[in-house]
Amino acid sequence: MNWLSAQTIFMAEMNRFFRTIGQSLISPVISTVLYFVVFGAAIGKQINHIEGISYGAFIVPGLIMLALLTQSVSNASFGIYFPRFSGTIYEYLAAPISALEMIVGFVGAAAAKSIIIGLVILATSWFFVPLEIRHPFWMIAFLLLTAITFSLLGFIIGLWADGFEKLQIIPLLIITPLTFLGGSFYSIKVLPPFWHTLSLFNPVVYLVSGFRWSFNEVADVNIAWSLGATGLFLVLCLGIVTWIFKTGYRLKN
Amino acid sequence: MPSVISVQNLSKTYASGLKALDDVSLEIERGEILALLGPNGAGKTTLISIICGIVTKSSGSVTVDGHDNVTDFRAARKLIGLVPQELHLSIFETVWDTVAFSRNLYGRETNAAYLEELLKKLSLWDKKDQKIMALSGGMKRRLLIAKALAHEPRILFLDEPTAGVDVALRQDLWNVVRALRDTGVTIILTTHYIEEAEDLADRVGVINQGKLILIEDKKALMRKMGQKRLTLELAKPLAKLPKALARNGLALLDGGRELHYSYDVRSSKDSIAKLLADLAKANVTFNDLHTEQSSLEDIFLGLVKQ
Repeated sequence: MNWLSAQTIFMAEMNRFFRTIGQSLISPVISTVLYFVVFGAAIGKQINHIEGISYGAFIVPGLIMLALLTQSVSNASFGIYFPRFSGTIYEYLAAPISALEMIVGFVGAAAAKSIIIGLVILATSWFFVPLEIRHPFWMIAFLLLTAITFSLLGFIIGLWADGFEKLQIIPLLIITPLTFLGGSFYSIKVLPPFWHTLSLFNPVVYLVSGFRWSFNEVADVNIAWSLGATGLFLVLCLGIVTWIFKTGYRLKN
Repeated sequence: MPSVISVQNLSKTYASGLKALDDVSLEIERGEILALLGPNGAGKTTLISIICGIVTKSSGSVTVDGHDNVTDFRAARKLIGLVPQELHLSIFETVWDTVAFSRNLYGRETNAAYLEELLKKLSLWDKKDQKIMALSGGMKRRLLIAKALAHEPRILFLDEPTAGVDVALRQDLWNVVRALRDTGVTIILTTHYIEEAEDLADRVGVINQGKLILIEDKKALMRKMGQKRLTLELAKPLAKLPKALARNGLALLDGGRELHYSYDVRSSKDSIAKLLADLAKANVTFNDLHTEQSSLEDIFLGLVKQ
């Protein structure tokens, strides 16, 4: 493992984030505030407490997850797609670095960015609802695991895409619906049995549920299931990335 | 001395079915400047891309200083710097940052003194804090060379370094290349500017349709393959060529005032002597004579047309 090379990629990616820190942070903060205004203040008042917590407090973990998933995917896919698009990828391919170092650099940076955004959203929500985090360790663990897993997924999308449209299409067609239907804004327990069962095939359900449990011990599925499903998805993404580097798919002709 | 890069039976067929390289074997000697010539699409870029690890080979092997470039890629690639054909740069970064990035990416800590010297050598030092987007095309070209040299490689690949570069800058780049060679760096450049190879290279390889059709010492190549032309300015114009002189390659020109004799140095070592003897016998006298040797360009075109 060549740490200096991995760190170099990581820092170069982070610098890109910090160069536009205003834009990077202002939009997630504004959209979070909007969600609170709409779901928390306007609609939320009409909604009864869910398992003993106010609707405002209930959606906080979902909102953070929503941002974490979309940001991880978009940061990582753009991070690796852009050098491919601009041609600067040649330098990474010709450098004495392995797939592992590239992944640590690119995926690590994408995950770090989305975690920063997730924490900023957490801080913003503190202004709107009283929050308690009963299991800070597990909260951080889910944050890390989710950010890394979905950054890997974004990395795969960024390698697969051969145009800016494709870069958008998976987040738009898959990630966003899965997140909205994954219990970010409701408990899947309230769904009719068929939709409830179907929801259990949605990996986002396990992420949101586990993450919410770490806040207030309210969960749609058992915490062990949450951890297991997230871990499984992580291993799956790692497998695909390893295959990509082994075969050179879309990286090398 | 063993060669610094050894390419054995290298072939490459792209997914599209295009056979870009066909059983190429090549030994690159330590410290030489090797020019790879070839028309567009001949396989030059594919060859150096495979050596540098950017393109995967279909078959064959490449070793760099004894290290296989796939199984021992770290050791192999550390020795190599690559200047790509296109101006691939992150335009939002500063000159200094991008050069330091290149060095660190290769696993070497920033060495401010070395990088300063490098940027000065390439006349980029006063631009070090500028963003790349503010640089001119020529500066970007030099910056790519600086990036390729940032990790102090022992082998430098230049893929058409002077494509679209003005004459003055081309001379600057050639001086940089010569200075590098003097420090012991092996240089491989691809080009279709024949004069570039003629001016710079120690050896010349010609690639056409994926095959290395020739690799030779430049001077030997030009000597061996060169057509020479002898021009004689006759003392008295001739109405027509006397029969006694008639032979292949001899022509009367300029209204009978000049005799042009084209000959191949390889095939006939004494053809000039014979011609001069025949001229004396036929009482044809001349005031002056000179010879011209064909350029690498003529040789190259001759080879590629075959």
